[in-house]
Amino acid sequence: MDAMAAIRVTFFQECQEQLAALEADLLALNEGSTDSETVNSVFRAVHSIKGGAGAFKLESLVKFAHKFETALDHVRGGKLAPSPDVMKVLLRSADVLADLVELSRDGNAIDDDCWLPTGEELSALSVAIDAPEDDEEFGSIDFQPALIDIGGNDVFPAPNPANDAVFLIEFSADAELYDRANETLLIFRELQRLGNVAVACDTTRLPLLDALDPQAGYLTWNLQLTTAEPRQSVDDVFEFVNGDCHLLIKTEAPATPTEDAYDIAALLRSVQDNNDEAAALPFSGPLQVATDAVPLSTSIGLARADNPVTAPTTDDAANGTSRAKASANQAPATIRVEFDRVDRLINLVGELVINQAMLSQRVLEADFEGSSAVLLGLEELEQLTREIQESVMAIRAQPVKPLFQRMSRIVREIADVTQKDVKLKTEGDATEVDKTVVERLADPLTHMIRNAVDHGLESPAVRLAAGKPAEGVVKLSAAHRSGRIVIEVSDDGAGINRPKVRAAAIRKGLIPADAILSDNEIDNLLFLPGFSTADTVSNISGRGVGMDVVKRSIQALGGRISISSRPGYGSTFSMSLPLTLAVLDGMVVSVGGETIVVPLTAIVETLRPKSSELHGLGVDGRVIAIRNTFIPLIDVGCELGISDRPIAPETGVTILVEAEGGARSALVVDAIQDQRQVVIKSLEENYGGVSGIAAATILGDGRVALILDVDAVVRRTRGDLTMYAMEKVAALGSA
Amino acid sequence: MTKTILTIDDSRTMRDVLRMALIDAGFDVMQAVDGVNGLEVLAERRPDVVITDINMPKMDGFGFIEAVRRDEQYKNLPILVLTTESDDAKKARARDAGATGWIVKPFDPAKLVAAIKRVAA
Amino acid sequence: MQVEQITAESSSREYVAFRIGGQEFCVDIMSVREIRGWTPATPLPHAPDYVRGVINLRGSVLPIVDLARRFGLPLTDPTARHVIIVAQCGKQTIGILVDAVSDILTTPANAMQATPEIASEVAKTFVRGVHAIDERMISLVTIDNVLPPPAPVAQ
Repeated sequence: MDAMAAIRVTFFQECQEQLAALEADLLALNEGSTDSETVNSVFRAVHSIKGGAGAFKLESLVKFAHKFETALDHVRGGKLAPSPDVMKVLLRSADVLADLVELSRDGNAIDDDCWLPTGEELSALSVAIDAPEDDEEFGSIDFQPALIDIGGNDVFPAPNPANDAVFLIEFSADAELYDRANETLLIFRELQRLGNVAVACDTTRLPLLDALDPQAGYLTWNLQLTTAEPRQSVDDVFEFVNGDCHLLIKTEAPATPTEDAYDIAALLRSVQDNNDEAAALPFSGPLQVATDAVPLSTSIGLARADNPVTAPTTDDAANGTSRAKASANQAPATIRVEFDRVDRLINLVGELVINQAMLSQRVLEADFEGSSAVLLGLEELEQLTREIQESVMAIRAQPVKPLFQRMSRIVREIADVTQKDVKLKTEGDATEVDKTVVERLADPLTHMIRNAVDHGLESPAVRLAAGKPAEGVVKLSAAHRSGRIVIEVSDDGAGINRPKVRAAAIRKGLIPADAILSDNEIDNLLFLPGFSTADTVSNISGRGVGMDVVKRSIQALGGRISISSRPGYGSTFSMSLPLTLAVLDGMVVSVGGETIVVPLTAIVETLRPKSSELHGLGVDGRVIAIRNTFIPLIDVGCELGISDRPIAPETGVTILVEAEGGARSALVVDAIQDQRQVVIKSLEENYGGVSGIAAATILGDGRVALILDVDAVVRRTRGDLTMYAMEKVAALGSA
Repeated sequence: MTKTILTIDDSRTMRDVLRMALIDAGFDVMQAVDGVNGLEVLAERRPDVVITDINMPKMDGFGFIEAVRRDEQYKNLPILVLTTESDDAKKARARDAGATGWIVKPFDPAKLVAAIKRVAA
Repeated sequence: MQVEQITAESSSREYVAFRIGGQEFCVDIMSVREIRGWTPATPLPHAPDYVRGVINLRGSVLPIVDLARRFGLPLTDPTARHVIIVAQCGKQTIGILVDAVSDILTTPANAMQATPEIASEVAKTFVRGVHAIDERMISLVTIDNVLPPPAPVAQ
C-alpha cells in the first residue's frame, strides 16, 4: 500500500468518527442544545471531511460538504437559527454526507441526484443570508483597502508565454509585512527563481536616524524581472505580502535597468556586509532577534527598520488559552490498534486459559495435594489468567452509541416515507459490548426499528383519535443485566393486533384453525419464517426480510429475542446477548462418556429427581413434576445421538433450563463435572453448523468439548405449537 | 540544513497528507492536533515554519497565531494557515492575527513547497 | 537448454501419497499443512459416520474425515499408528484419517492419466486421475468435497 493509499484509509476511518460525532452533535442541537462548542464541533466535522475529500479529489463530496459547511457557518455565526425545519435539512444533509463518504470510500460512481436536492436545500438556507453577510464581512477586512496599488489580472493581460516577459516591479514594505514574519529578501529570492532579476534600492525616503519611525518602511525597491513565467507566477510571489506593501507591477518591453541596479546575488552580499556595520549602529531590539537565525535572515534586520511591535493582546484570546489548557486533560488518552492485533491477543489469551486449565488438571492428577504452595500458586495463576482475559476482552468492548446513532437515521428516513411523526429516544448508549456484537446487531436492529415505525406506530391522525400525542415514540435502550447485554426496541403504538396475527397464521397454514394459543404464543408467531401482517408488503419493512431472519441473526450471536405487547400501548422487542462472543460461563457435564458444556445462562437449577416426581407421557415422553408444574425431560445423550438408551433420571442429574420464550425443560445428564468459563471455538470455521450444538471449546485435557445449544435442543423436543409450525414451514421449504 | 515544519491540524487525514508532502519535499515534520498542543510543541522545539489549520477544537488557528505573535521570541516565526479557496474572510482574519501567508486546500505539493520557500529563509 | 529445464521443473508437481485399505492415493502437496498421529476425536452429533469428530489443533477445532469410509470402504479402526493429514480445503482446514503416508511423489504433470472408466460413483467424485509409477497405481484425489455439504441447520 503506498503512502497515499494508507492516508486514504485513515481518511475514511476519520470520516466515520466525524460522521458519528456530527450526528451526535446535530441531535444535541435538535434537542435544543445551545452550547456554542456543539455548533463549532459540527462545523469542524464537515470542514475536516471536506478538507480530506479535497486532498483525494472527491469532487461530489467536496461540493456537498462545502454547501453543508456554508450553512453550518451561518448557524455558527448566529445568522441562521436552528429551527426544526433547518435542523431537518441539516440532519438529512448529515445522512447524505454519510452516503457520499461511503460511496467515495467504495470507489462507486456518484450520481449527482443523490446529493443535489439536499444540496439545493442547503443553498436555500444560505441564500437569504449570504448577500448582506458579504457586505458586512467585506467591510471588516481592514487590510483590503491596501490592495489598491496593485493591478489585478484584468489590468495586465497575460503575457505571451512563448517569449520572456519583462516585469517592472516597484515595491516597498510596510511595517506590517515584517510583523507577519514575511521577509523582503525571501521574496526577492523567490523572484530570482522565476528568471533574471535586477534590483535597485531607492533610499530617498529614508529619514535621518532621529526621525526614523520604527514602524514604517522607507526603502523602495525597483526590480526588473525577465522571465518566461506568466504574470500569475509573479503575483504569487507577492501573494502573502499583498496589502502589507506598496506594490506596482508593470509589464514592459525589455528595457535597460536603472543605472545603479545590482543583480540580486550581489545585493544579498552587500546587505550582508552592511549588516556588520549595522550591528554597530545604535539600533535597539530587532537586530538581536536575528542573531540566532541564519546569515541570510540576519541581513534582513537592516532592511526592516522596525522595532518590536506589541502584538494586540485581547483578553479573549488569553482566556481561550487558559480555558483550553484546563480542558486539554479531559478526554482519556487513546491509541489506535488494528483489530487483527487485538484478535491475535485474544486468541493467545484464549490459549493461555486453556493451558492454565490443563496445567491445573495435571497438577491435580499428579496429586500435589500435600503441597499447598503449588496449589496456591496455581490459584493465583488462574486468577491472573482470568483478569488478563477480562482486560483483553475489554479492549474489544465498544459502546452501543454509534449503533444507536445510526438508528436515528433509520427512524428519520422511515418517518419521512410513512409520513409519521416519530421521536427516537435512546437510553444507555454508553453500554459496552463486543465490537463484533455491535456490528452484527446493526442489521437486525435496523429491521426492528423499521418495523416499529412502519407497523408499530399509528399514523398521526389515528394517534390523535386515540387520545395519544401525534408524535410517536420509539425507544431504544441498552443495559447490562447479569453478564449479558439487553437491548430493547419499544414503541408506543397500537400493540400487536392478536386476532389479526392469529388469523393470518391460520390463513397461511402455519397453525391449525382450532389451535388454542396464549397471547405470548400468538405474539411469537411473528417470528415464523415468512410471516408478515402487513396487508400490502410495504417497501420499508418488507424488503423480503421477516422477523424470523432477525431472530436467527440474534441467535447466531448467542442471543435470545422475546416480544411483549399491550394492545393500545405498544410493543417491546427485547434481545439478550452475550457481552462477548469469545467466552462463555458453562457447566461441564458428562453425557454417555462424552463431555458437554451447558451454557450457564440457560440453567435455572440442577436437581436429583425422586422416582415419585417422574411421570410418563405418551409413548416415550416423560415429564418431571417440579413445584406443581410438569416439565418435559430431555435425555441429552439420546438427543445428540451419543447414547442409544436414555439415562434413568433417578441415577443421573437433571438440569432445569429455560429456553427462549421462557419455556422450561429438564435436561438429563450422567453427571456434573465442573463449572467454569470456557473459550468459544467455532465449529463453522472448519466444519459447519451442527444441530443442537452452539459451538465447541477446548478443555483442560486438550480435548474438544461441544457446547450445547439449549434452545435448539429444547425446540426439537418440545411439541410446542409455535415450534411445530416452524418445523412444518421448514419442512415445506426444504421439500 | 533540513528545515523543520510544525503542522497543526485536528484532522488526522490532513496531518498525514501534509506530512507525506513535506517529507517528500525534504522537510522534517513535527505535528500538533490543535492550537493548545501547537503551543506545547513550540515550547519544546522551534520549527522553521508553522502550518496551521484554522478550525480546530480547544484553540483555533487564529488563537494560536495571536498567542504566538504575542511572544517576542516568535516574532519572526513564519506561520502559514491552511484555508480554502473561497475563504477571503478567513485569510483576512488570519492576517490580522499575524499569519505570514496561507496555503489553499486542497493543495498540490509544489504549491505547498513554494509557499514555504516564500517565507522560510 | 536452460529454458527447457525450467519448463520441465515448473510443470512437475509434488504429491503426498498415502494408503487406505491397501490402495494408494495421493493429494497435491500444496494443500497439505502437516501430518500428525491419530488422537481420539470428539464425535459430532448427527454427523455422517465418515466424520469421526473434531480434535484440537493448536486451539482451533479440526474435523476429522475417515477417508476410507468416505470412499465407501469399511470404517477405519484408528490406532496410534494411523495418521491424520492436515489439509487446506478452500478456506477450511480439515484432518484426513488415513492408514499411513507412504511417499512424496514428484511427477511431471503430464504423467497423469484419466480415471479408468470402471470407476465407481465415489471414485468419480474424488479421483481426479491416476499415476502409474513402476508397478503401482496411485489415484490422485481431491479433498474439496470430502466434508458433508452444509446441512440446512434448523434453528
